[in-house]
Amino acid sequence: MDGKKVKLSLEHISQSYVLNNRAFDAVQDINFDVYDSEFLVLLGPGYCGKTVLLNIISGLEEPVDGTVRLDGEVVKGSDPRIGMVFQKTSLLPWKTVMENVEVGPKMAGVAKEERRKTAQKYIDLVGLQGFEKSYPTQLSGGMKQRVGIARAYTNSPEILLMDEPFGALDAQTRYSMEEEIQKIWQSEKRTIIFVTNNIEEAVYLGDRIVLLTNRPAHVKAIYDIDLPRPRDTVSPEFLRIRKEISDNTDLAL
Amino acid sequence: MGSAPETKKLTQEQRIAMVQEKKRRTQRLYLTLSIIGILVFLLIWEIASDAGFVNSRYLAAPSTIFKLFITKLTDPNPDGAVLGVNILASLQVSLTGFFLAIIVGIPLGLLMGWYGGFESFVRPIFELVRPIPPVSWIPLTIVWLGIGLPAKAFIVFFSAFVPCVINAYTGIKQTSPVLINFAKTCGASNFTIFWKVGIPSSLTMVFAGVRVALGNAWATLVAAEMLAASSGLGYMILMGRQFARPDLILLGIVVIGIIGVTFTAILGRVENRVLGWKK
Ligand SMILES: Nc1ncnc2c1ncn2[C@@H]1O[C@H](COP(=O)(O)OP(=O)(O)OP(=O)(O)O)[C@@H](O)[C@H]1O
Ligand SMILES: [Mg+2]
Repeated sequence: MDGKKVKLSLEHISQSYVLNNRAFDAVQDINFDVYDSEFLVLLGPGYCGKTVLLNIISGLEEPVDGTVRLDGEVVKGSDPRIGMVFQKTSLLPWKTVMENVEVGPKMAGVAKEERRKTAQKYIDLVGLQGFEKSYPTQLSGGMKQRVGIARAYTNSPEILLMDEPFGALDAQTRYSMEEEIQKIWQSEKRTIIFVTNNIEEAVYLGDRIVLLTNRPAHVKAIYDIDLPRPRDTVSPEFLRIRKEISDNTDLAL
Repeated sequence: MGSAPETKKLTQEQRIAMVQEKKRRTQRLYLTLSIIGILVFLLIWEIASDAGFVNSRYLAAPSTIFKLFITKLTDPNPDGAVLGVNILASLQVSLTGFFLAIIVGIPLGLLMGWYGGFESFVRPIFELVRPIPPVSWIPLTIVWLGIGLPAKAFIVFFSAFVPCVINAYTGIKQTSPVLINFAKTCGASNFTIFWKVGIPSSLTMVFAGVRVALGNAWATLVAAEMLAASSGLGYMILMGRQFARPDLILLGIVVIGIIGVTFTAILGRVENRVLGWKK
């Protein structure tokens, strides 16, 4: 991987919890690098520890062992350079779409006019113009996830973590969201770490796929996907890669 | 059926107008039914008293109560104060206690629910004091504060304070962890998260607590005035018993009920304003 700049690196990350007086490993000795501006997919079966790993990268949880480095420096605690789109809806229900999207810069003390401009740009980008004044309860699941994505971008993070953002959507919406997230990524180059348990989604979106094992999660394999974008999900090459990964995947418990 | 039936194409505005009109009509119907309900209740009561089913020593007819209401507006007999003075005295006591309870209780509950250290410090005392029925404080407060406004306001305060604390505490504890995590990833400080995420999340519960507090305040007020007062609606009711005047007692009860309903309605308005996003 010469010529590619390492943006984020995970070194010997492990996480354990105590459950009913017994230690319980969620994540075990995870090592990999993420390159600048790449679309990295973390693929793993249910409950394997994907969310735990993202929480560690975003600084929400402290690992029992290991370090996260951003541009070579150790990351401690939450860092505005690392943004997150959550698995569950995390919109503030008492705020409108616009207020939700601008909340990050607002907390950082950015002037209203400026943050509104940025927010509007991303609201338009995710196709929600006209819904700025709606409240989350008035939106569909897909629209809420769009707001979550616009919100994460408005914070202008260097790395965006996405935790199964389309997991709760119906298949049709999911396809169109996958297409859109790819377009957004192409127009706004950021490093993305995208978590999913869906192999097709992984192969469709990823520059590289990090395949995780069952719990305790560790890295089983890393795949480079060199197919041109947008990818044809029924091309023989796509299906071959998909099968290869699928054969190597642990069944969810 | 040779030709297709002509379907009317309504414009957007017409459709909105139709939906709104339908909603308004339902609302009007329900309002009418409520009013009829009250009227029927009063009518049965009136007839029962006038026809002598119930002895007038035990129950006064609505018309008698209404007449007394008019008289009591200007006549201080038999309890020593006109109705307006009684109402004012009661309002002063209950609102003082109620607002104090809100001002002290809600912040206390919120802080207790958010900051673990503060919780450990305050919770044991609160838990000890909480189960004591407010009315049992009355003798002690009379010893401390006499029978003036502060004594009664304290008892009212106490009864309204507990639900304020408990609901603010529970409400803020239920703040969704995802929302907290999101704010953290924005780099917000713990206090900012408390202020911008915790408090708004708790508001639904806080309002429910205020509702209970209002009911408690009003109920305790009457008890306090029956034991330690020289004016007020509770005192008027007590005098009604001493002078064997059921009409006076009932007038007191009705006025208390009406004021209670008014307060609840005002609170509902405020709540709609603050929690407008829920619809
Ligand atoms: N704070 C915690 N305390 C105890 N156990 C936890 C904690 N957080 C996560 N776990 C456990 O760690 C395991 C991995 O959880 P995680 O949420 O990372 O799964 P996941 O891979 O994201 O699954 P899914 O695809 O369903 O989202 C689970 O068994 C979960 O119960
Ligand atoms: Mg998860």
